[in-house]
Formats: sequence, C-alpha cells, structure tokens
Amino acid sequence: MDDGLQSWGRYPTAQQSLLRLRDRFAPLPAFDGHALPRGNGRSYGDVCLDDGGTLLDVRGLDRFIDFDPATGVLRCEAGMLLGTILELLVPRGWFLPVVPGTCFVTVGGAIANDVHGKNHHAVGSFSCHVQCFELLRSDGTRRVCSLNENADWFAATVGGLGLTGLITWVELQLRPVAGAWFDTETRRFDRLDDFFELSETSARSFEYTVAWVDCTTRGSALGRGVFSRANHCAAPPTAKLPREGRLRMPVVSPFSLVNGPTLRVFNWQHFHRAPKTLQQSPQHYRPWLFPLDGIRDWNRMYGPRGFLQYQCVLPPAVARDGMRELLERIAASGQGSFLAVLKQFGAIVSPGLLSFPRPGTTLALDFANRGRVTFELLDRLDDIVVAAGGAVYPAKDARMSGERFRTYFPAWRQFEAFIDPAFSSGFWRRVMQ
Amino acid sequence: MNGRRILIVGATSAIAEATARLYAVRGDALFLVARDARRVQAVAEDLRVRGAASVQTGTLDVADFAAHADTIESACAALGGLDIVLIAHGTLPDQSRCESDTDLALREFAINGTATIALASRIARKLEAQGSGTLAVISSVAGDRGRASNYLYGSAKAAVSAYLSGLRQRLSAPDINVLTIKPGFVDTPMTAAFRKGALWAKPEQIARGIVRAIDRRRGVVYLPWFWRPIMFTIRAIPESLFRRIRL
Repeated sequence: MDDGLQSWGRYPTAQQSLLRLRDRFAPLPAFDGHALPRGNGRSYGDVCLDDGGTLLDVRGLDRFIDFDPATGVLRCEAGMLLGTILELLVPRGWFLPVVPGTCFVTVGGAIANDVHGKNHHAVGSFSCHVQCFELLRSDGTRRVCSLNENADWFAATVGGLGLTGLITWVELQLRPVAGAWFDTETRRFDRLDDFFELSETSARSFEYTVAWVDCTTRGSALGRGVFSRANHCAAPPTAKLPREGRLRMPVVSPFSLVNGPTLRVFNWQHFHRAPKTLQQSPQHYRPWLFPLDGIRDWNRMYGPRGFLQYQCVLPPAVARDGMRELLERIAASGQGSFLAVLKQFGAIVSPGLLSFPRPGTTLALDFANRGRVTFELLDRLDDIVVAAGGAVYPAKDARMSGERFRTYFPAWRQFEAFIDPAFSSGFWRRVMQ
Repeated sequence: MNGRRILIVGATSAIAEATARLYAVRGDALFLVARDARRVQAVAEDLRVRGAASVQTGTLDVADFAAHADTIESACAALGGLDIVLIAHGTLPDQSRCESDTDLALREFAINGTATIALASRIARKLEAQGSGTLAVISSVAGDRGRASNYLYGSAKAAVSAYLSGLRQRLSAPDINVLTIKPGFVDTPMTAAFRKGALWAKPEQIARGIVRAIDRRRGVVYLPWFWRPIMFTIRAIPESLFRRIRL
C-alpha cells in the first residue's frame, strides 16, 4: 500500500505523516509544523515530499462535479486522475486538451506542476486550459482563481508546486475528438539536425510530435532517434482495442537493470527496428500517449537507489548547439537511459509564474542513481543549460542548486509572497538555501 | 442488467460510494441517504456525471429511529420501487471508551446494530410486498466472534449477521435475496488510525465484490475471500484457548 513516503524517482526519501482529505467543503485538518498537498506522487524528485512535515493526500477528493456535454466544460475535485476522466469522457467524444506521459496524475498535480504534453507546440501547457479553480488556504480562506478573478493567485498557483494552498476543485475546458484513436506516423532519423527539420515541417499539420533520442551514440550518429507525429482520429475500421497493461515490476530490482550494456543493446535495437521512412499506423490513445503506464511500478527497475530524471529546455536560438553539447556530454558519461525524449515547445506562453514550458527544445531522460558520478554529470548539464539561458523542470528535479533554480525562474521573488505560511516542501527548502 | 432502482443508506461511506460508482456507470437510478446533506450532494453530483440514470438524495441520522419510515417511503416513492438496497452506514467505536462509558456503548450499538436491524426489517416488508429485490447489508468479520480489541462493534455486527441469516430463511422467495457482506480490514476513513498491513483491502476492491455478490444472488460473502478461511479458523479455536490469547 502506498505510504506516500517517496516520489516516483524513489529518490530522495523523506519522513512525513499523511492526512487524507475526503470532503472538499471541510477546512484543512490540523497538523503540526508544515504541510504540503499531495496528489498521486508521480513527480520525480522532492516537489511532492515534505520531510518532517505532513502530506495532505487529496486522492480522496476524486469526485466529478459537473460536465456539460454541449460545451465540454468539466468541473471535478482536485484529486481526480486524468486517466479516470479519459476513461469516462472519451467514449462521449471529449478528450483532455493536454496530457503528460502518464495518466496516473491528479488534476491538482497537473496544475501545480503546469504539465505539458506532446502537443505543446499546438495548444500550450495544461494550465492554458484551466478555466478556474478554488484555492483553500491554511487560514481557512477560499478563493476562486481564474485569468479574470484573483488573477495574481491564479498565476502563482499554476506551476506553484502546491505551495500557495490546496486546490479543492478545478474547471477544465475539454476538446472534442472523433474517437479514442490516433493517426500516427513514425520514422527514424540519423542526426540531431533531422529532428529539428522534422519538428518544423510537422508542427503545422500535426498536433502531437515527439522524438525518442539515442543518448549513447556519438560522432556522426550523435542525436539519432525515432520521430513520431500524430493527430486524433476516429476508430479505424480494423481497430483492435489494446490489451489492458497487466505487466508489473513486482519487486525493486537489487541493482539497476538500466546500465551501460543493457542500454546500448536496447537503444541499438530500438533505433534499427524503427522504419527508415515515414510509416503510418493507427494507435489507441493509451499505448500512444502513455506507453509506460502499461508496466506498473516500472520505477522499480532502477534498483534500490532509485533514479533521477532530468528535463531541461533551451531557447530556440541556441537549441541546436546546446542539445548537441548536452547529448555529447551524456553519451561520453555512459549514463542515461532508454527513456530519452526530445520535443519542440511552441510559442504559447504558460500562465504560471513558475511554469516550466517556454519556447525552445526540451530534452528529458532518466539516470539511474549511481551516486556522486550521476550528481556531477547533472551539474555539468546544468552548466550548459545556464549558459544557454534555459531552465530545468522542478517536477523532475531532486538536486539542482538554489542558485541555479533562481536563475532559471527569476519570478520566484514575486511567487514567494503567495506561499501559504503553513506550507512547504523538500524542494522549496532546498532551492531557497 | 441496468436501469435498476437502488437505495443506499450510509452513502457517503467509502465502501458505499465506491459501490455506487459501479452502479452509476451501469446507468442505474440511485437514491442516496446519509447524515451530511452537503457531502451526500457531492456524491450525487459525481454519480450523475459518471452516468447514473438519476440520483436523488435524502438525509437521515440512523440513530433517529422515528425518521426511518419516512426516509424509506420517500426513497420508494422517488424510485418507484426498490431493486437493490444497500445498508452501509456505520462507525468504529473506541472499544476502551465503551468499556468505561456504558451510555456510549449503547449509542454505538444502536448505530451499528439496532438501527441496521430496524432499517432491514422495514425494507424487508417492502421487498416482500413487491415480491422481488435484494437487501444487501454490510456486516463485518468482527461479528463472527467477539474479540477483546473490538467486541462492542463485534457484538452489534453479530446481531446484524444473525438477524439477516434468519431474514434470509424467512424470505426464501425466488426473486428476493438477502446478502450479508462481511468485509475484513478496509482502508477507509473509519480505519484511518490503524497501521495497514498485507490483509488490508481498498474500498474499490470491496465494492467490486459487493456488486458481484449481489449479481450472483449470494447469501453471505466475505471480502476479500480469504477472510472466510481466516474466520473459520478463528471460530474453531476452543473457548478455553481463545480466552487466553489476544486478537
């Protein structure tokens, strides 16, 4: 049973108590010291941890409140899982406008981290589609926040890492779809430059684009990968529903299954199995959008020390050179993982003071926690990101220095004024040092 | 099987809410009864979005016996009959406080035992008059044998289980069923203070078991199933030994 003591990266660990909320009308329960709202614990580092404090578990706030089938406006409690919304409303012709790589996140968590998806270039981040929400503060006050009402609280809370108060309910604008399927096109590419060209030519006619990148290759094969793009579509005539993922990593592996040799073999195979020219195929939304959700508890494969995610964004002007530098550095280290993702962000401005998505190119990948060598590598990657004027994603971070955070997110000064005096997190205390 | 008419008493309890969601997705019509008007309203809104044909609500404090009849009447009238009734209200009394405070013990017995029996007897008459329907009541494995740690709660649940057993015999018409539900440890707000181990189940898991048992017209169901052999063993321990152990 989930005790809520770890984040998805299984690093770091924290000691805290858990209070479960089930009634959105009730005041916050009493707690000693500081507290932090907690959704489904799918962020990777310490933004969802509060060592020495109390986690306010909102998973019991999982009720729908209202859905208007004419307009696609959905109101629900903040602990609602994105997967539950899709399960219920896709058959009725509506889809979430933005989903991250897993459907096991709560609506509140999606706002607190202002998550993004493979369609960022077309529709922006999750919070761009949030009409309004209610924010409950530890002093008992409640505010309905939107772009028009309490707009300053809206901007602070969106991407605000749960620190500005507890979101009780949310109103979202969904988008109509013809069905649960995607028309996908996939091909491999041999060089990093090809990724940029494919992204550019696909951006207008494809709502979703993403690339897997081989982070082990250097020299002429540096930045090779597999590019995918897709649009929503109705069920194809021959559609077979995907089997429900029943695979599961049953125990924590005693050592990381992701290491130099397994990584090279997997990546070589993954690249060479991909088609050389664009190949079309219809795919159900579940395997296309949430491939890893098919393997429960996959985070256990990184062994007892867990793993660190690293996601950064580099501004457009320096993205090509910067990405090349990052990938060279990672390949030379022999670390990295299968799960390396490249994506072009679009120009739509994220509404939060601390929102991560911004124009440019984003790279995300996992590193098995090998201790000092891993932390040193990530510090070197940060050097490149800082020099390029980029940023690192707090939702996936467990180690960036406070100085770096404050450089990446200069609006932290304005943000500070909105923090609930009774709320804190491991992440926030770390980056304020 | 859908479009059925379902009454749930104690509808804001975690197990009842999880069960109601399964019926809502099937497109059934529900009447929810709970103590707190605002919370039962929140559950009703949720069930409507999930697909329930209709959801109506009523408020009732089960300790107010005089109000039982009206509540059942209004549910019957609103639904136009009862296909399934689930009685799910309950508290988990503090055993040691019940030992030092007899009034508290009697109040807790009234909520978990007498009130449940009173509701069951009124609903049984309704089902008998209709000639059809299922009465499903959440009892507990705790009612199978009194144990030092919670025998006030256990004795109330034992009364409920024995009452339902007799009621099931009496109403042995082909279209009427009485189901006794005996959950083990369930991770709900009622048990928030307990440390959870391997035997603990989620309310959603219990809810699926309840719906399955109602569909299959079972008489007694242990949820999860492994509580049946566990309780068989506990009941089989001779009293001479039982009195010297702590469970």
